[in-house]
Amino acid sequence: MAETQGPRLRTIIARNHRWDLIIGTIGLLATTVGVLVLMLLFVDLVIDGWQRLTPDFFLNFPSRRPEEAGILSAWVGSALVMVVTAFTAVPLGVAAAIYLEEYAPKNWITELIEINVTNLAAVPSIIYGLLALGLFVYILGLGHSILTAGLTLGLMILPIVIVATREALRAIPVAIREAAYALGATRWQVVSDHLVPYASGGIYTGVIIGLSRAIGETAPVITIGALTFIAFLPPIPFTGDPPAGPFDWLFSPFTVLPIQMFNWLSRPQTAFHVNAAATGIVIIVATLLMNGIAIWLRSRIRSKLKW
Amino acid sequence: MNQPKTLDDNAAMVTETLKAETRKFNFFYGDNQALKNVDLPVAERRVTALIGPSGCGKSTLLRSFNRMHDLYPGNRYEGEIRLYPDDVNLVSPEVDPIEIRMRISMVFQKPNPFPKTIFENVAYGLMVRGEKRRSVLEEKVEEALRGAALWEEVKDRLDDLAFNLSGGQQQRLCIARALASDPEIILFDEPTSALDPIATASIEELIAEIKEKVTILIVTHNMQQAARISDYTAFMYLGELVEFGRTDELFVRPRKKQTEDYITGRFG
Ligand SMILES: Nc1ncnc2c1ncn2[C@@H]1O[C@H](COP(=O)(O)OP(=O)(O)O)[C@@H](O)[C@H]1O
Ligand SMILES: [Mg+2]
Repeated sequence: MAETQGPRLRTIIARNHRWDLIIGTIGLLATTVGVLVLMLLFVDLVIDGWQRLTPDFFLNFPSRRPEEAGILSAWVGSALVMVVTAFTAVPLGVAAAIYLEEYAPKNWITELIEINVTNLAAVPSIIYGLLALGLFVYILGLGHSILTAGLTLGLMILPIVIVATREALRAIPVAIREAAYALGATRWQVVSDHLVPYASGGIYTGVIIGLSRAIGETAPVITIGALTFIAFLPPIPFTGDPPAGPFDWLFSPFTVLPIQMFNWLSRPQTAFHVNAAATGIVIIVATLLMNGIAIWLRSRIRSKLKW
Repeated sequence: MNQPKTLDDNAAMVTETLKAETRKFNFFYGDNQALKNVDLPVAERRVTALIGPSGCGKSTLLRSFNRMHDLYPGNRYEGEIRLYPDDVNLVSPEVDPIEIRMRISMVFQKPNPFPKTIFENVAYGLMVRGEKRRSVLEEKVEEALRGAALWEEVKDRLDDLAFNLSGGQQQRLCIARALASDPEIILFDEPTSALDPIATASIEELIAEIKEKVTILIVTHNMQQAARISDYTAFMYLGELVEFGRTDELFVRPRKKQTEDYITGRFG
């Protein structure tokens, strides 16, 4: 009579399952270590800095007295630089991605451009700072200004925007493109009526991820000569005497949050270190908020697309 | 009726006016020849079905009629597809594919509505022609949706997303979208292969109605469907048009052995 092979199979299966358990445990450990370290760092920052997060902290200029010092000029500077960064990176990045995906002939020049775009994402940010110092500050004479910083960071996040946009464009099914072409749409009509709207979730995500990287950047902004101590705001358009032009703020000197933080950290008085921790919280929360918005936008737009 | 001079004088087998006709038509995907010397007449306001085993070139031939192949590099047409009454060769490089696609619309294998509203889907063909007047759009959209037997089901939710419709409704929406700009020919590429039998029956009914106004060229891998809905049938095999004839004759008295084998289910 044939023997049942049940018991033999069960030992093999048990052995196979053991690996599931081992790999699963290692994976869990790896994940928790990463998350825990981040959490600890954040909690440490919060413990050090939370008591400085008063309205005054946001409304005061930096000062020699740590308890009176605030981040007004830094967060306004960061916000304005982000505006310029977005206005630089979005049109350039989206246009480049559309060109590469939809218009570029498939030849070696296109391939060369593609390889370069991917590699640009790996260039250290300080190199962008050096490039900007030469190009924007010395050659174009844009000064150590918000405009220079925005253009620099815009170029720095350009690859992120391009890659995200291209991926979003590629995710659109061929059938949808063909449906539009089959109705007599031109390439531009297909791009503007269909591809860009359907890719917008991915584009927003790329832009926001890029901006959340840019907002924490210090090296390139120092390289182009942002100030470390600044006690005035850029001119508000049409105010002051004589009234400022609508774009004068672009040429204003400025500082940004991470530079302010760095500046305070390098002081000997520990009271300034508390300010630095508080600034760190602001930067992290701003970054998390942006990523949250990106996730929310993407899921909202995704829910309308079924593919 | 004209007497066919030879077994292969396909055009002579059509008694009605021709809407289009391929002549010694070849097609190449790069170096790969997918169509060989195809002579296919397309009778005006009739249904012409393309049948044949998978990979024989039905879709390739269909997509030549609206120059879909122009969208991809390396594709090449050879020979002619004449479009009447203009009597132009629609695959000639001098003819703008955009014009051809405006005159010859297409319904695809899987329903492919845009992720837009029902209204926007149907109106899109008119919008690419620059039609912006709301009243004209509304009138045309209703007419097209009625033509696609979908109006009653969607008239109260024209601003809903098209994705919320069932598969069969989506395919009728795609037909409405193709109808909205008054095309001269509609190309159907296996329009019911993704649908259940009930939705399939309604699409077949619809095709019978549409042909009163529009010339129809349809690919189907379902021979019963070809027999039910078409007036003419072309049997293709390995990129060649093996046999063309009136549907009632081709299915009853095929003249070629290959056709007979295929329709009796001996291969394919
Ligand atoms: N984009 C393409 N590139 C290269 N060859 C293709 C392409 N599309 C189809 N073919 C080839 O052309 C032939 C005909 O294909 P197709 O027209 O899709 O057949 P059918 O619709 O009859 O199933 C097949 O051999 C197929 O492999
Ligand atoms: Mg096919």
